[in-house]
Amino acid sequence: MSPTNYLLLSGLLFTVGAIGVLVRRNAIVVFMCIELMLNAVNLSLVTFARINGQLDGQVMAFFVMVVAAAEVVVGLAIIMSIFRTRRSSSVDDANLLKY
Amino acid sequence: MTAPPEVLPAGGAASAAWLLFAIPALSAVVLFLAGKRANAWGHWLGVGSVLASFALGVVIFVQTLGVAPEQRTTEVSLYSWIASGTLDVDFGLRIDPLSLTFVLLITGVGSLIHIYSVGYMAPHAAGHGADEDAHAEPSSDSSRRRFFAQLNLFVAAMLVLVLGNNFVLLYLGWEGVGLASYLLIGFYQDRPSAATAAKKAFLMNRVGDVGLAIAIFLLWLELGTLQYAEVFARIGELGGGTILAITLLLLLGACGKSGQFPLQAWLPDAMEGPTPVSALIHAATMVTAGVYLIARTNPIYDLSATGRVVVALIGVVTLLIGAIIGCAYDDIKKVLAYSTVSQIGYMILAVGLGPAGYALGIFHLLTHGFFKAGLFLGAGSVMHAMNDDVNMRHFGGLGRRMPITFVTFGLGYLALIGFPFLSGYFSKDAIIEAAFGQEGWQGWVYGGAATLAAGLTAFYMTRLMIMTFFGEERWRNLTAPDGEAYHPHESPAVMTGPMILLAIGSVFAGFVLSAVGLNQWLAPSLGELEESTHGVLPHAVVPWLVLAFSALGVLVAYLVVGRRPTPVVRPEPVSLPVRAARRDLYANAVNETVIERPGIWLTRALVFLDNRGVDGLVNGLAAGLGGGSARLRRLQTGFVRSYALSMLGGSVLVVAALLAVRFG
Amino acid sequence: MMSTAPDTGGNVMLLVLLLLPVLGALLMYPLRRNVPAAKGVAMATALLEFVLVVVTWVGYSTDAASSGERFQYVFSVPWIPAFGTHLAFGIDGIALVMIALTAFLVPGLMLFAWAEKLPEGRTASGYFALLLATEATLMGVFTATDVFLFYVFFEAMLIPMYFLIGRFGGPNRQYASVKFFLYSLLGGLIMLASLIGLYVTSADQLGAGTFTWSDLQSIAQSTPTSTQIWLFLGFFVAFAIKAPLVPFHTWLPDAGAEAPIVAAVLLVGVLDKVGTFGFLRYCLPLFPQASQALAPLVLVLAVIGIIYGALLAVGQKDMSRFVAYTSIAHFGFIALGTFAFSSQAFAGATLYMVNHGLSTGMLFVMVGLLVARGGSRLIGDYGGVSKLAPVLAGCLLLAGMSSLALPGTNSFVSEFLVLVGSFPREPVATVIATVGIIFAALYILWFYQQTMQGPVRGNAVIRALEAGGAGGPGAMIDPSVAARRGSGFPDLTKRELGVLAPLVFVIVVLGFFPGPVLDVINPSVQATMTEVGLPDPVPAGGLVGGVR
Repeated sequence: MSPTNYLLLSGLLFTVGAIGVLVRRNAIVVFMCIELMLNAVNLSLVTFARINGQLDGQVMAFFVMVVAAAEVVVGLAIIMSIFRTRRSSSVDDANLLKY
Repeated sequence: MTAPPEVLPAGGAASAAWLLFAIPALSAVVLFLAGKRANAWGHWLGVGSVLASFALGVVIFVQTLGVAPEQRTTEVSLYSWIASGTLDVDFGLRIDPLSLTFVLLITGVGSLIHIYSVGYMAPHAAGHGADEDAHAEPSSDSSRRRFFAQLNLFVAAMLVLVLGNNFVLLYLGWEGVGLASYLLIGFYQDRPSAATAAKKAFLMNRVGDVGLAIAIFLLWLELGTLQYAEVFARIGELGGGTILAITLLLLLGACGKSGQFPLQAWLPDAMEGPTPVSALIHAATMVTAGVYLIARTNPIYDLSATGRVVVALIGVVTLLIGAIIGCAYDDIKKVLAYSTVSQIGYMILAVGLGPAGYALGIFHLLTHGFFKAGLFLGAGSVMHAMNDDVNMRHFGGLGRRMPITFVTFGLGYLALIGFPFLSGYFSKDAIIEAAFGQEGWQGWVYGGAATLAAGLTAFYMTRLMIMTFFGEERWRNLTAPDGEAYHPHESPAVMTGPMILLAIGSVFAGFVLSAVGLNQWLAPSLGELEESTHGVLPHAVVPWLVLAFSALGVLVAYLVVGRRPTPVVRPEPVSLPVRAARRDLYANAVNETVIERPGIWLTRALVFLDNRGVDGLVNGLAAGLGGGSARLRRLQTGFVRSYALSMLGGSVLVVAALLAVRFG
Repeated sequence: MMSTAPDTGGNVMLLVLLLLPVLGALLMYPLRRNVPAAKGVAMATALLEFVLVVVTWVGYSTDAASSGERFQYVFSVPWIPAFGTHLAFGIDGIALVMIALTAFLVPGLMLFAWAEKLPEGRTASGYFALLLATEATLMGVFTATDVFLFYVFFEAMLIPMYFLIGRFGGPNRQYASVKFFLYSLLGGLIMLASLIGLYVTSADQLGAGTFTWSDLQSIAQSTPTSTQIWLFLGFFVAFAIKAPLVPFHTWLPDAGAEAPIVAAVLLVGVLDKVGTFGFLRYCLPLFPQASQALAPLVLVLAVIGIIYGALLAVGQKDMSRFVAYTSIAHFGFIALGTFAFSSQAFAGATLYMVNHGLSTGMLFVMVGLLVARGGSRLIGDYGGVSKLAPVLAGCLLLAGMSSLALPGTNSFVSEFLVLVGSFPREPVATVIATVGIIFAALYILWFYQQTMQGPVRGNAVIRALEAGGAGGPGAMIDPSVAARRGSGFPDLTKRELGVLAPLVFVIVVLGFFPGPVLDVINPSVQATMTEVGLPDPVPAGGLVGGVR
């Protein structure tokens, strides 16, 4: 099999995710874009694992998923508490931590 | 040149020669440390210590007289003072005719002046004496104790100066007397002028000290020793240029300490000190240290004719400067101070003549020690009587009021102007004879200047005598600077006693010293005195010539000052020479424009440079770093998405770099 | 080649000298609420330390030093074997006189600080703890014979001194302490780079890297000059900042002025000497060729320092800054002697370190006594003090005379040795330095005249007198009234005399009897000459008569 299509899709998904992180203000959407990027990477990992006939890539993908799950838990909690105090989920509104 | 005599270890009383300076030094320490407890008896301790030192000096002198001349040069080594590597500076004493002569002069005249000071510095002595001090000091008893402590310190340092057997010990005494002089000139501390004069004296002396110090370094570099005996024995091994350099550097030292041109300006200012100090330090002893230095190092000067010519010329210039300025001052102490400058000029001229003059310089130094100390004590007595006024225009007719002062002062005056068969006649005429004894231009310049200055000396001293002791009693209609009326009176016996003794010395010292053969006595230290036979003028003529010039000086002074009333206020304007003389021939003006002003300017510029330049650079660097950081900080905007952008950019860069390395 | 450092202990004396002040400093913490007890313990520690140093001095054998024993009281255990570092201690004569100076000064300074008014919220126990900590680091820096250990102490010195200045100093203390710290740290880091270079060089030459001083010295002559120059410069910058030489000096006036007096004395009197000590112990023996090659540079800096420091001193308005600038002039003399390569100049420079510690220490103490009375550091705020406090004025004059190296005071001996020893190799620099003695007289006498002589004047004096009840506001001060007991500007108290008396005694005695100190210094100086590899410029009998 040729990996080209898989990798193209992976790159496309990653780009979409990256642009989403950069241009969207809503924290939830930013968050989902990050997930998208992670999964784009997962896709390429799995692809390479399949090509090389080794399980390393798939194992790595599982790790990414686990980390992503943990991250979602913490991240959503933070977004929730910011929303509760500020009544806003825009990432630009939370800019107190600066020079 | 004769070979230096063999140096023997000192025996008998001479082995205890360290007591000579240890006793006054100990007394000074006691007086400093004992504080107010010593106020009642401190001055007698001071007098006693110098007297004890004098007695010991006499014992050593008699013992030395008892041995043959070639055995009179002895040394005693006390301990190793400064030792490192091949350098070993001994704390050792040289007891020879020259140092013994000085010991007797210092302790002898010193004792008399200590005794005189008991009266002069007495607290609340009818509101005089330490008058200005009396208001300001918490207790004048304290100030008298302090005075005696410092005077003792001086005597000790001066004795170290003349007794040391090496150049470093000489330097110790040299600067030690400088400190004592500084303290005593600035004794009336609340007078800003006294403090300034003291500082000036110390600084100008230090200029000379630099010369002395560098001469010492040079001697050590070349000879590896600083002991007199070894230096003098081997000085002939040095090249002519080195010797000339050493002689000139030593001369610079001598000029500083002895108030010689071009470092003469401090000495007249030094008259801010109490009068006994002027008599002891700034007339009889300390200021003659330069003459001692040159006489002591005569084996070096013997080898450099050029060096001697420079010495003699410095003496000639100074003796003229001193005599000229002395004619113009109205301040009795300043006239005497410039007279001292001039007379030391004679001594420097004498030692500049080389083997024909070393002993004559010391001879004049001794007689001068007597009559100038006597004159200063007389001036002090006059000031004591005149509410500490020093302006001769306020005096007049004091001879009748203070007969003892008048007579003693008068004898000193006659001795100074070279009245036949008094002290100055023997010593000064001998110098002028020797000066005329030189060949060629030197004979004419040295002798002519010395003769001319003798006439000027007679003029200014006669002027001083007339204005002070003769004529109308101008003080009757005046008020003293302290607001009281003048009540001139004779001084107490404790003051007149030393004056009488010094007057006796002024009369007979010259005759006695030449009769007993001072020159032969000094020969082991200074070499045999060379009688110059053929000079530019025959010896028989010189005394008459000098006498004629002196008589002329007296006559002119009588015509100018004695025959008409002296104005109480200094006449202005005056002719150019008088104006120049009143301004010290512009010596202070030169010092001020050439050194002081540029120095102040340079200091200010450097302070600015250091604060703004050097430190500014450092602070600028700190400020630059701080400013840069403040700007960089602005990158932290707080917007998460801009951070995300920079992370993305960074990742892309890293990947691009990896690719470039992998495939580039 | 085997390391010459023994790995099994040795004489523990120096270790005791190092740890005793540490222990004393630690004891200050439990005693922080009980200030009198803390002071007592601190003073007892300092005195015991002094006694131990005296014992060390007595036990130091000059004969052994002359016969080639480089260090005595040697103690060494491995520290970090991987780097070849040792906890190695030992003293030669130069180090001995420096630790003696330190131990001599500290008790006196404690006595001075006994009743000092500290800034708000600071306790005397902390103050004394920092003094003891400074003493401990100084003991370490002078006794270390392992270059890495030396470096550690060299940097560690900064910590207590930083806190002394920053917590107990004058109004501008923050600025001064940070400046001091950054300057010193910068120098230290450059030295660290050189230190690593030295280690690498030793690894090249000996097979195994070492920091042991003796081993490094043994390879000094075989290290290429170009390498030496780079390594030398690293050490030199650190020491030149510490000393300080012009133009690295600007931290000193700030630090000296803002530090509390006791810290200023330790800073200028002893801590700065680590720089000149470093020249003698590290720069010269470890990089002999580089030292000779770069000596002209150092001499120029030294001579500039002598004249520049003196002129700047005259231009100062602040008494502490004045003393700091005079010190810069004096450090010029020490640097001159150090880089003139003769045993007289080395001995003079070493003695100068001690004497400068004494004379400048005393000058700082005098400034402190004036400030304690008048509350101002400005020279212009004082005048005519000798009328009010003659004993104080006398002590100031003595300190000044020692500072201008009047013969009969301690400093003369050292200045004379430096100059006479420098003259053979460096006549021009020496002559300029000798002219510097005129400037020395100028700044001391100027300062004395401004503050002590003349009529009673100056804001500080008059305010103090008014507060003492001698006159109302604006009243003419009658000094005879003001000088009464209990006036606003009293003369020295017994405690203050206790601080000054030992200094006065030592200053005068060392002026006439420097022998005991010179005897200790001379063998080590000879050893340094051998390590540099140069003969004395003046042989016995001088240039004309001598046999080289």
